[in-house]
Amino acid sequence: MSVAQQMPVNERGTPLRAVRRNGRWAGYRHLLASRMKEMKREPEVIFWVFGFPLLLALGLGIAFRNKPADVSSIAVVGSEAQSVIGLLEHSPRKASIKADVLDEAAALKGFRVGKYDLVIESDGKGGFKYVYDPARPESVLSRAEVDHALQAAAGRQDALSTVTVVSSEPGSRYIDFLIPGLIGMNVMNAAMWGIGFAIVDMRQRKLLKRFVATPMRRSDFLLALASSRLVLMTVEVGMLLGFGALVFKMQILGSIPTILLIGASGALGFAGLGLLTASRSQKIESVSGLINLVMMPMWIFSGVFFSYERFPAVIQPFIKALPLTALNDALRATILEGATLGAQSGRLLVLALWGGISFVLAVKWFRWT
Amino acid sequence: MPTAIQCRDLRKTYDGKVEAVRGLSLEIQAGECFGLLGPNGAGKTTTIEILEGLLAPTSGEVTILGRTWQKDSRELREWLGISLQETRLSEKLSVRETIELFASFYSQPRSSDEVLKELQLEEKADAWVGKLSGGQRQRLAVATALVGNPKVLFLDEPTTGLDPQSRRQLWDIVRAFQRNGGTVLLTTHYMDEAERLCDRLAIIDHGQVIAEGTPLDLIERLGGHHVVEFEASGESGDGAALEHWQALPGVESVRHDDGLVCLNVREPHLTIPALLEAVQKRGSQLQHLTTRQASLEDVFVRLTGRHLREA
Repeated sequence: MSVAQQMPVNERGTPLRAVRRNGRWAGYRHLLASRMKEMKREPEVIFWVFGFPLLLALGLGIAFRNKPADVSSIAVVGSEAQSVIGLLEHSPRKASIKADVLDEAAALKGFRVGKYDLVIESDGKGGFKYVYDPARPESVLSRAEVDHALQAAAGRQDALSTVTVVSSEPGSRYIDFLIPGLIGMNVMNAAMWGIGFAIVDMRQRKLLKRFVATPMRRSDFLLALASSRLVLMTVEVGMLLGFGALVFKMQILGSIPTILLIGASGALGFAGLGLLTASRSQKIESVSGLINLVMMPMWIFSGVFFSYERFPAVIQPFIKALPLTALNDALRATILEGATLGAQSGRLLVLALWGGISFVLAVKWFRWT
Repeated sequence: MPTAIQCRDLRKTYDGKVEAVRGLSLEIQAGECFGLLGPNGAGKTTTIEILEGLLAPTSGEVTILGRTWQKDSRELREWLGISLQETRLSEKLSVRETIELFASFYSQPRSSDEVLKELQLEEKADAWVGKLSGGQRQRLAVATALVGNPKVLFLDEPTTGLDPQSRRQLWDIVRAFQRNGGTVLLTTHYMDEAERLCDRLAIIDHGQVIAEGTPLDLIERLGGHHVVEFEASGESGDGAALEHWQALPGVESVRHDDGLVCLNVREPHLTIPALLEAVQKRGSQLQHLTTRQASLEDVFVRLTGRHLREA
């Protein structure tokens, strides 16, 4: 019995073979859903996309956290050590000075290894001797602080009246600088790898060729890849921002839709660049090298971990033309200063140009087989 | 019967140097299962990929169901089901998800359940592709070709590397498709596959068709009906000796193969007594004697002097 005879038939007796009709976007929808499922089922992807940037933010955030108002660690030696401690006890700044009484050898050893910032010894004539290292900022600071405390305790009056305003608001700390940079870097990494690697992998597995052997629209395929990047970008940006706000009490001054729109421009710009790097490579190894080559200058120059202002003025125009610089600057301006989308048109243009030109070249050179 | 696939004087030169296909013409009827048989590197895959519209020929014409790739590629894509020689489908998608994905590309696909059932993949419907056996993967590859409800099915070495049971399962699937009116073009380097599955075939070597016809016709025309193989002590196996065997009654052709003398014969009952006599006369002794039906392998060896597997 043939397969046709086994098949259900409708009222008119014709086999129910082609009962389904696919709409215009069926292919796109399935491609996007498949891509999302594949990524969800790949534990490494979850780690590199979500876990790694969070760990990086946490690690760097802790390492460079602002210490509670610098406390000077000092060692007091000599017979009159107790009188020094007594004077410091009466100082209004005693909270910022931690003093230990030791013998001279132990004190100098502690000073050498950085445990103490300053060593104080009475000179036996009512005065003091400071041992400090002018090359160590905390040592210089300590000396000034302790000297001031001792002089004040001994009754010196300030000749001028001064007022100090404390400014360590969220927004100006290292973590506030870091988080937008990490968001930018993550958008770049994820887009370059997510597009470049995925395409070459599919080409190497002949899956691209198999796809173009069907009536699949090539534009649907590229659109689905780009869409999957946008979805993931939203999650990544939201996660890093939420992490910064919750763990480091970071303040987000700009509007979330603006931040996401900037993220989207970045993701699409780098998706174009990723497509270009992957347009002809036949092997994962060659595209991996190419992607790293493209990204490396931006890791260094684009102000992810430290400000690019530190580089010589000559190369500043070059740095500012890099897409990651534009993305990081736009993210920082929006997140930290509340800048609007309109105020960033120059940076968005840089991203659009990189993405657009890459895309046009990629489509021109692209190898499906 | 109308022509389903036609190509005329196909040529493909890679990088202006390597000539993979040199003037190949085929005509395949609708409803036929047609095989391209040939050793690895003969140009089978290049030919089938040109017909599939995945490679542009250097010169020559291709018409499929009366359409050409230049003008009607979109329509042709809807009509063709293609399984490439080696596609590694996404390992982290399930069998059903993979079939659904391919179905979504066609405007009027078949139901995934029906295809799953037909290819005996129902039990594996929710398993990830990465967990499938070789035979199941190959059936899935064919399923992705069948889900578009094609009129023509292209299979490039569909059973290479499969165990005998998986091969037979695939043959059944191809036959079922053909029974429903489909046209099949497949490449293979297995002569038994070509012999059992194909209505007609073309033997390809060095990018050219060297013989074409039904398997039976090719064997009769070129293989001789029977093959007598023997080894005799003290036989040098030089040209003179071969001529001697050629002179025996009923012998159509003679060749040396791996220390054996092979005679293609029409009537073994005439040849064998004469052979025994001749061996005795020459003072040598038979060390080995077998007779068997001729196969496509013999056809290929006759035509090229090489075996399919070693060519």
